[in-house]
Amino acid sequence: MSGAQLLYGRPGFAIVAALIKILALVVVFAMGLAGLLTWLERRQSAMMQDRLGPNRANIGPWRAWGILHFVADALKMMFKEDFIPPKANRFLFTLAPVLAIAPPFIVLAIIPFGAPLCWGHMRDAVPLGTCVQPVNLQIARLDVGVLFYFAFASLSVYGATLAGWASYNKWALMGGMRAASQMISYEVTMGMAVLAMFLSYGTLEPGAMVAQQGPAPWQWGIVRGVPHFIAFFLFLTAAFAETKRTPFDLPEGESEIVGYFVEYSGLRFGMFYLGEFLEVISSSALMVTIFLGGWQIWGASVLPNWAHVLLSMLVWGGKVFLFCFFQLLVRWTLPRLRADQLMRLGWQRLLPLSIANVVLAACWQMWIH
Amino acid sequence: MATTVKVVDRPAGWKRQSYLWGTVQGLRVTLGHFLRNWPRNLFGRRAQSDIVTLAYPEEKRPYPPRNRGLHRLMKRADGQVRCVACMMCPTACPAHCISIVPEESEDARIEKRPHIFQIDELRCVVCGLCVEACPCDAIRMDTGMHAWPTIRRADAILDKEELLSRGEISSATQGGAGLFWRESK
Repeated sequence: MSGAQLLYGRPGFAIVAALIKILALVVVFAMGLAGLLTWLERRQSAMMQDRLGPNRANIGPWRAWGILHFVADALKMMFKEDFIPPKANRFLFTLAPVLAIAPPFIVLAIIPFGAPLCWGHMRDAVPLGTCVQPVNLQIARLDVGVLFYFAFASLSVYGATLAGWASYNKWALMGGMRAASQMISYEVTMGMAVLAMFLSYGTLEPGAMVAQQGPAPWQWGIVRGVPHFIAFFLFLTAAFAETKRTPFDLPEGESEIVGYFVEYSGLRFGMFYLGEFLEVISSSALMVTIFLGGWQIWGASVLPNWAHVLLSMLVWGGKVFLFCFFQLLVRWTLPRLRADQLMRLGWQRLLPLSIANVVLAACWQMWIH
Repeated sequence: MATTVKVVDRPAGWKRQSYLWGTVQGLRVTLGHFLRNWPRNLFGRRAQSDIVTLAYPEEKRPYPPRNRGLHRLMKRADGQVRCVACMMCPTACPAHCISIVPEESEDARIEKRPHIFQIDELRCVVCGLCVEACPCDAIRMDTGMHAWPTIRRADAILDKEELLSRGEISSATQGGAGLFWRESK
């Protein structure tokens, strides 16, 4: 920082640091990756089905395998008619897309996305935990941590339900009701799965969870024991239901025209669309943090601090990207469930399993210590 | 008709009912296809991948040899039009899309030739009867091209020069090989 004395502990430092972190994580990473995922989903599914997929959007001769399709999509949505049904509730109709897209952004606040930055010692090698005044690469270090995630992730139910209700359309209402019942059912399982991990970590703060894991795969949370392994798959299944994507995409059945956003067009629809991918990203980020070692990188603490931070961010971003890729892969592999199958799976299979898993995790903890 | 109900037994067993093994198998299939197709397509080795769709305007699948496309008029060995204006093709044409005005040829060995030879490609029903009717292999539909879109209908009427521009020299004997062509083979 030239001129202005922007030093650690001085007023203004925390605000500037927080703003930079928010910009980097939300605008650059989340928005960029979500845009990329809208293209990747179509291109990847094409490759999986021996098709070519969208490969045409270009700027002059620069085509880049069609990556620019998401720019074209955004432009298209901006210029489409922004239609509000005459009998719709205008206030709620306008509010719903915001409620759908905001929670995935907000929950990213608790995710640690890189090794702590040691301000003032950026050119020295700083072993983990020895920095006196680290700048944590985490927007908010909350002790409630994962509970904060659940509190805000469950808010996106309101987005879907209100969209369905405010549209004054019975099909939309049905989609909204489906979304509400589905997301509420699977949140219980999600919470129980995290409870098993909480028993092992003894903390709900994601930064501390990452610190307890190591860089090597056998030091990750997922291989701490049998219940933790099960918890990962329970959480994964519930996360699929939370993101409202196939095999659990009942809230938006194209075949039966049910969908909470059938009345939406233009950028409002784009917000729902993007919100879905942002949910994929935020749930991937949380799973990477709790189960897959977060930003931990092997042996990088002998490097200068700035390189360590950069590499750890790359490792974290790569893990999140691979996990998003995996979610898309599952989405294009499995057929969708029926509504009653979905409810049976949620309440009769996954929920008892997750409760038993918590008991098992508790026993495991007693048996280890 | 009485309504009958057929009860289908669900597959038994933990392995089938949990769908876990089925999911893993399905993921293996889709990931296998992705890994086979993606790098090869990305680095310009389309031919080695399993992708079956074509990027249409750049890549075209050739039509079969018997496809009936845009018409063309064939030429004699010296480059003159083979057509003798015998009016067989406009007679055979069910759509009345061929119009011929004959004229006398300057070549003393040739009795007639078309002065005007027009085909309205908008009226043409692509039946190929004109080709079958032609006694001297003058008109063919083997170009493999479509009738192209035009802004004005008049532009879809192809004249003699246009039809001859795609023409080639036919290897058939003009006027036929004579009465005893079977023996000459």
